[in-house]
Amino acid sequence: MEQKYIPKSSIKAWLTSIKDDGKHIYAPVAENGKTHFKRVKSVDEISMGHVQTAQSAKGMVFPRTEKLFSYVRQQGDVALQDYDPNDIPCSTVVFGLHPCDAAAFKPMTSVFNWGSEDKPFSERMQRVALVSISCSKCDVFCFCTSVNGHPGSTEGSDILLTAIGDDGYLVEIITEKGKALADKHAEFFEAAATCISKEEHLAPVPVKFSAGEVQRKMAGAFEGEIWKKQPLRCLGCGACAFVCPACTCFDIQENAKGSNGGDRMRCWDSCGFSLFTLHTSGHNPRGAQSQRWRQRLLHKFCYMPERLSVRGCTGCGRCSRACPVDMNLSELLNEFELI
Amino acid sequence: MNELKSKVKELLGSKEIDLFIGYEQGTRLPRPLLAASCEEADRLIFDEYCTGNLAVYLTRKDLVGGKKVGIAASYYAMRSISRLLDENQLQEGAVKIFGLPPDGAGLKVFETVAEVKQHLQEAPAPPKQVEDGWVKEIEEMPAAERWRFWASELSKCFRCYACRAACPMCYCTKCIVEVNRPQWVQPWAATASNMEWQINRVMHMAGRCADCGACGAACPLGLPVHIIAHKMVEMVTQNFGEPAGKGNVLSTFSPNDKENFIR
Repeated sequence: MEQKYIPKSSIKAWLTSIKDDGKHIYAPVAENGKTHFKRVKSVDEISMGHVQTAQSAKGMVFPRTEKLFSYVRQQGDVALQDYDPNDIPCSTVVFGLHPCDAAAFKPMTSVFNWGSEDKPFSERMQRVALVSISCSKCDVFCFCTSVNGHPGSTEGSDILLTAIGDDGYLVEIITEKGKALADKHAEFFEAAATCISKEEHLAPVPVKFSAGEVQRKMAGAFEGEIWKKQPLRCLGCGACAFVCPACTCFDIQENAKGSNGGDRMRCWDSCGFSLFTLHTSGHNPRGAQSQRWRQRLLHKFCYMPERLSVRGCTGCGRCSRACPVDMNLSELLNEFELI
Repeated sequence: MNELKSKVKELLGSKEIDLFIGYEQGTRLPRPLLAASCEEADRLIFDEYCTGNLAVYLTRKDLVGGKKVGIAASYYAMRSISRLLDENQLQEGAVKIFGLPPDGAGLKVFETVAEVKQHLQEAPAPPKQVEDGWVKEIEEMPAAERWRFWASELSKCFRCYACRAACPMCYCTKCIVEVNRPQWVQPWAATASNMEWQINRVMHMAGRCADCGACGAACPLGLPVHIIAHKMVEMVTQNFGEPAGKGNVLSTFSPNDKENFIR
């Protein structure tokens, strides 16, 4: 891994150059007290004052709504038209995401490309480069360090920047994609001092539970009372799933245009919704919120590590910040350690 | 606070209630606590920071079905309870309602609908300056700018339905947005269908909304969707007066209505 240094004053110029090369830049933009990833017209719109953006960056590769294919009915036959790769921007740089968001691209890839490759997802992955920034601050909901993450982790990023004091960033170039971005505009970068210690510039995110222990306890507690007790106050909305960087549940919908054709859509869904598992017969195998809560946690912390060797949680804490009734995930996971 | 704990423990102990819906200290703010034992009741708190509308749990059959229930009710929860009683979603006497009247006299237990309604008439509604400020600001925008404002805000909505889940009056077992034969509202996130969803949601609140703001408070993206409901309340009150007892603007009509289209 190559290391460089970029003065703070050069960051905007570098991003502007990338933008002038024709790439789309998505970055955090503050609006009405929340920060959202948006495509920026000017790098001056970027804001980095937040602990966490309201939404993760997953929409870059798993849009909340996308067309999978179109169909037209013609003289008793149906003609299919696959999704158009030209609808996906040819090259996008996501700037300013945190390591917990970058790390989530691995569990997403594991799910979408499990068994067979998901073409639109992979196409988007190929066209997106992630320029992340290490966390210099955290809040009470952050728990990356409890799920093998780290406020300075390079996992999933193409380039990771870590603020060293107020004047500049240590630049870690992790992948070929990242190298191409840095090399194209090498004039903005300097050699990194050999003595830089990244650690002391990172947010102190405390370890709140042992993920291994939680997994063991959960796996053996399928019928446990804890699943019923914990989600009593849960309202069953999808806020936690929709802000989660690693949640991949989707629904397939029909955008019918009259009776002669239409589009087949994929859109975000949540295993916390009762409708998610409702059968046409009226039977619902996960009819109670407690069953859906159990599914959500077992999927992330047991099934995914068992089957895909990756956890479905990166400890970003968004679910807990977004929850209208304070289902604080690290607190609730901690309770599993105690059973 | 200790008064509430001991009263709730007494009621749980004597089996007068099976479940108490109250608040406990959360990560940053008070959060709902559904207490079924004295041990759990020990975690109860109730003060001016306990403003979340707990009435939302009263129509959850899986939680309260067949149970005798007590609830800590903020002013707006009390209003929701009154509306739920009007809509036959609650039975008189089925719920023990604990309130904190603003006279400072401490905890009060409301036993009858009449007491709840009287309290709502006498107690001043908590101010809505922030919401009124939003409405004023939005109304002063020229139409094109207002459209841009709502299009920009609602373009962000990802249809998690936290606004619906947090609303005590959204108790339908099948929401219009989930009806697919025919599909009235496209269920995926897109600016136009997000607007349709919010318009539908608020239209269904006409004359029913307690104006508690829970929808907006629940939005994980901070979208001011409660402002639409707040404006609706203002318009309904101006045109039809305060809701009074059975029936509401959404569900009733009069043969003597001044509009012709309804006859």
